[in-house]
Amino acid sequence: MLEIRDLHVCVEEDGTEILKGVNLNVNKGEIHAIMGPNGSGKSTLSKVVAGQEAYEVTQGDILFEGESILELEPEERAHLGIFLAFQYPVEVPGVTNKNLLRQAYNTIAREQGREELDPLQFEDYAYEKLELVDMKPEFLDRSVNAGFSGGEKKRNEIFQMAVLNPRLSFLDETDSGLDIDALKTVAGGINKISNEDNAVVLVTHYQRILDYVQPDKVHVMIDGKIAKTGDKDLAVKLEDQGYDWVMDEVASVSVNGEQQ
Amino acid sequence: MSETQALESMVGGEYKYGFTTDVEYEDFPKGINEDIIREISRRKNEPEWVTEFRLEAFEKWKQMEEPDWPNVEYESPDFDNIQYYSATKKKNGQKPKDINDVDPEIRETYEKLGIPLEEQKMLQGIAVDAVFDSESIFTTFKEKLAEAGVIFCSISEAIQEHPEIVKKYLGSVVPKGDNFYAALNSAVFSDGSFVYVPEDTVCPMELSTYFRINNMQSGQFERTLIICEDNSQVSYLEGCTAPMYQENQLHAAVVEIVALENAEVKYSTIQNWYSGDEEGQGGIYNFVTKRGHCRGDNSKISWTQVETGSAITWKYPSVILAGDNSIGEFYSVAVTNNKQQADTGTKMIHVGKNTKSTIISKGISAGESNNSYRGQVKISPRADGAQNYSVCDSMLIGQTCGAHTFPYIESSNPTAKVEHEASTSRVGEDQIFYLQQRGMEEDDAISLIVNGFCKEVLQKLPMEFAVEADKLLGIKLEGSVG
Repeated sequence: MLEIRDLHVCVEEDGTEILKGVNLNVNKGEIHAIMGPNGSGKSTLSKVVAGQEAYEVTQGDILFEGESILELEPEERAHLGIFLAFQYPVEVPGVTNKNLLRQAYNTIAREQGREELDPLQFEDYAYEKLELVDMKPEFLDRSVNAGFSGGEKKRNEIFQMAVLNPRLSFLDETDSGLDIDALKTVAGGINKISNEDNAVVLVTHYQRILDYVQPDKVHVMIDGKIAKTGDKDLAVKLEDQGYDWVMDEVASVSVNGEQQ
Repeated sequence: MSETQALESMVGGEYKYGFTTDVEYEDFPKGINEDIIREISRRKNEPEWVTEFRLEAFEKWKQMEEPDWPNVEYESPDFDNIQYYSATKKKNGQKPKDINDVDPEIRETYEKLGIPLEEQKMLQGIAVDAVFDSESIFTTFKEKLAEAGVIFCSISEAIQEHPEIVKKYLGSVVPKGDNFYAALNSAVFSDGSFVYVPEDTVCPMELSTYFRINNMQSGQFERTLIICEDNSQVSYLEGCTAPMYQENQLHAAVVEIVALENAEVKYSTIQNWYSGDEEGQGGIYNFVTKRGHCRGDNSKISWTQVETGSAITWKYPSVILAGDNSIGEFYSVAVTNNKQQADTGTKMIHVGKNTKSTIISKGISAGESNNSYRGQVKISPRADGAQNYSVCDSMLIGQTCGAHTFPYIESSNPTAKVEHEASTSRVGEDQIFYLQQRGMEEDDAISLIVNGFCKEVLQKLPMEFAVEADKLLGIKLEGSVG
């Protein structure tokens, strides 16, 4: 579904290179976790896949269903079914969740040749999805993220994901700042949304969400590259031992590489 | 498209109303002097007292200086080069009584503007007075309104047919010499609307006036007078557009509202005069005096405005809260783009006891425009228990525009309560990216953000027009992301 090839990315404003050759394949039906220390480029990768214009791709490619998406606007990527749950969900005062989501849902439906929903149909549909993240109907009528607590914002992202039903979702640190109950709710939502036809990439600092969401693959990102890939056990080892040992491995490989 | 380009194209959305109508005008000389004023009065067949009103205003105007305190810069109009009266030639020299007698070109103009004058094509429940340059072309639903006792006609007709009412109220809220542009208007005023709602009457329809400036040489100096008697209510809306010309045109209007005991007047404006091109060439100078007088106890006057057009706007719809327990409201959205400049706000003058006023102002600036809120809240010594609540929010789109707030608060009564809140925000790229990620086009994203920002004000518009205003904001800001 998603194929990232030797992706190099720098910040448009000052040219700092953040991603230095990322390779990643995500198939449908899979859940991946990307872990790594602060500043390793995890969040940047999510934003670049979503089409954030502040970054420039200098080398490599991102293929979605076999087609390059590099030239597509963020909304065009969304129309293909790419979703990003934001690390810091943005507030839009005066615009209700319902209004935003209905407009978003219908735009995507239109682009994908599916039927649009009128306000009443949409309300019924949204109510169903609210249950997935254990949110009250009032949530629909509140302004998007305005005055929400940190936990509510994160749950709202998963709710939006449930409503828009994307094919590929990047969840950028959706688990950060959640207490254990909220974490369970969010993880439960992800599990219910995840199915054989879609894929989820969890970008996270912590192993703990992986106690509730079972990943097929765990990647460690160090200094702009995927340094190591493994299964759930890798995440546990990272939690116990930190990232130093992975960094040491990377360093010795590159030293050896240079010696050859 | 980069976000900057997108925001520019959104604020700089194409002006859809910039066409001209080819009609034949009566000859009228340019410039202003006593003879010209007498000639305007003569052509309109006015009684002597109106001519006197005009001449006295002209005398005052000659003594006055153009105000220089607003936060706007422009080249002063050449008052000798303006044509102060501009009427189309008519078959028999009479205002048409039947829609079929209206010049087809003009009918088509209104059709294009989305304001068909045929009653059966109209939105249900809205009566329209169509003002084209200096004259009212046609007024719909007059008979139906008359059944309820409501008079809705042009001010020129009112002077002929209801002189006793006009004489009693004309200039009673905005005196002849109130300010430079009000004095000019009082001297040369052309057409405008007249509304009279008798006692114990709720006006059965929304009333509206659609102003169109067509003639390149002329200015528009309309005069509107609304009187609402005891226990009555009316809701009135005006809309404005003009063709795109290289030259600036002057629009200096006066609106007077009188609300008697328990009366309620709601006045809404959607102002979309041509605002000039991207370089600031052309556009309307919109210098307007609007004032309401809550004369009776428990009366209420509410101004709602959506200001998107004009090169320069200078406008402060105000309320004098004379009656005890009277209420004044001002809800405003002012959008400026390119090189537009707006200095707009309100005055709430509390005189009566327990009077209340609310001011909600939302300014949105994009491009290289400048948007100022200027508001005065004055509590007089005998206004015990007066209350004011003001909110002034500014939103900036891009890096090259300006937003300013000039609140003046003057309280001479210790029991009064005045609250003022202000905020400035910027439409962020992160907000736009967020909405784009949810599938929205950039322009739709900005439109949604701006509409959210203005929601409190847009909600105050009559339902039929809220949709229009929504669309207008969208067009106005198309492609203007910074």
